[in-house]
Amino acid sequence: MSSRLQVEFAGVPFKNPVVMASGTFGFGREYADLFDIEKLGGISSKGLTLNPRSGNEGIRIWETPSGIMNSVGLENPGVEGFIQKDLDWVNSLDLVNVVNVGGHSIEDYVQAVERLNDVHLDLLELNISCPNVKQGGMNFGVKTELAAEVVRTIRKVCKHKLVVKMSPNAENIVDLAKACEAEGADGLSLVNTFLGMAIDINKRKPVFNNGYAGVSGPAIKPIALRMVHQVCKNVQVPVMGLGGISTWQDAIEFIMAGATVIQVGTATFMRPEKALDIIDGMERYCEENGIQNLSEIRGIV
Amino acid sequence: MATVIKNEAVGKDFYLLKASGSFNAKIGQFCMLRAWDEYPVLSRPISIFDCDEEGISFLYKVVGHGTELLAQLKPGDAIDVQGPYGNGFPEVKGKIALVGGGIGVAPLYYTAKVLKAQGNAVDLYLGFNDEALLKEDYENVCDNLVVNIGGYVTDDINPAEYEYVMTCGPHIMMEVLHKKVKGTGAQLYVSMENRMGCGVGACLVCSCKTKDGNKKVCKDGPVFKAEEVFTDEQ
Repeated sequence: MSSRLQVEFAGVPFKNPVVMASGTFGFGREYADLFDIEKLGGISSKGLTLNPRSGNEGIRIWETPSGIMNSVGLENPGVEGFIQKDLDWVNSLDLVNVVNVGGHSIEDYVQAVERLNDVHLDLLELNISCPNVKQGGMNFGVKTELAAEVVRTIRKVCKHKLVVKMSPNAENIVDLAKACEAEGADGLSLVNTFLGMAIDINKRKPVFNNGYAGVSGPAIKPIALRMVHQVCKNVQVPVMGLGGISTWQDAIEFIMAGATVIQVGTATFMRPEKALDIIDGMERYCEENGIQNLSEIRGIV
Repeated sequence: MATVIKNEAVGKDFYLLKASGSFNAKIGQFCMLRAWDEYPVLSRPISIFDCDEEGISFLYKVVGHGTELLAQLKPGDAIDVQGPYGNGFPEVKGKIALVGGGIGVAPLYYTAKVLKAQGNAVDLYLGFNDEALLKEDYENVCDNLVVNIGGYVTDDINPAEYEYVMTCGPHIMMEVLHKKVKGTGAQLYVSMENRMGCGVGACLVCSCKTKDGNKKVCKDGPVFKAEEVFTDEQ
């Protein structure tokens, strides 16, 4: 690989801008058995909460036209479980280690982030946008004032570079992004899943026990791209763009919309090594178009 | 990418697909099948019916869009066969009964074939709603085949005659079997089913409750000891 795809995000160098989105890649171990995951730019960990969670009851995945809905509910081993079992392994890889943290209350976030202050990681991605946990951060991601409050509080305690993962369900995505930047976020990632619904017409009940669930996949890409574009035009901090990216063309679109890094999530379920195809395609596109580095086309639209 | 060698209807809505390639499959494993580009998003987890030097076979039921697309495949078409995945049934020694219901019979052909070839006594109990699938094929890989059409295949088996019972089928059938096997001294293994996303243990949409906490049906399973997943309160 050449240096065409090398990027820097909040001071952290990436060999390429492709990060595996939180919740779709575990901590990387399962996929490490299937392909060379060190060809990736980075991994965003499964969303961690202060304490372990067993996740939601009932159906957790549902296919939609060109997408999926999920309601996993942040099943995870807790921050401590991750530190004990997986962190060293992730850090040993030639990858940017993004650790994703979720919570139910500001106090939960603070304690989780404080514990992570003691360990090495590259970027802390603060998930204020999980739609699948009651008071699971989504409210923080919807209301600008609440987002500002949580970022302000976490900024004070967090020693790591802080990336705020934003919800597309925000009342005003640009205002919320600006508020996160103003409160000291080093970067933003967007978008998380869109709140959606499916109904079982035979049972006359929602498919998901929680009623609503998170929509992802190619179906949301145009909306995600628009939001990334709007946010990139209005903030100075770097942005990780995601939402339905499944081809290298999609990835280039997000770069042109202003994203520095892109994340691949649902597409991995199509084929585990989909992200590698995206990296190869981006490299080829740069080569064929005489682009020495992605910075030449970042935000040009 | 594998190539479809054959894909034939073997019953109403049931198809047997064989794909070329070298697959080192264990009994009771599954593959994620895909014969389309991006849509539908998810690949389809399908049990391995058989595996030999020529390729790998899948017996599947058409239940939705993905399996409809699979059913349209012709010899020579490309198919993405991801896997084999999952733990599979254990390769035990002894007197073994395999109990299948509906499309749950799919993994029991290869399971019977391998266990029998290893010198075990293998009896097959297969339950169907209205027609038996591939009866002659199943007959050839076991000592005794019992087919039940329209009734409860769990009524046909006396678990006390066996050291091991392995089952795949509707949840309720496996639960009934668990109650029947309990206390007989036979060890029951159940192949669980759940909606899957990644198929490799990363996305956690197929988690199932066990007495040792959540386990992933795709990676830790699909086969579990019955007492791990069926608690007595249920």
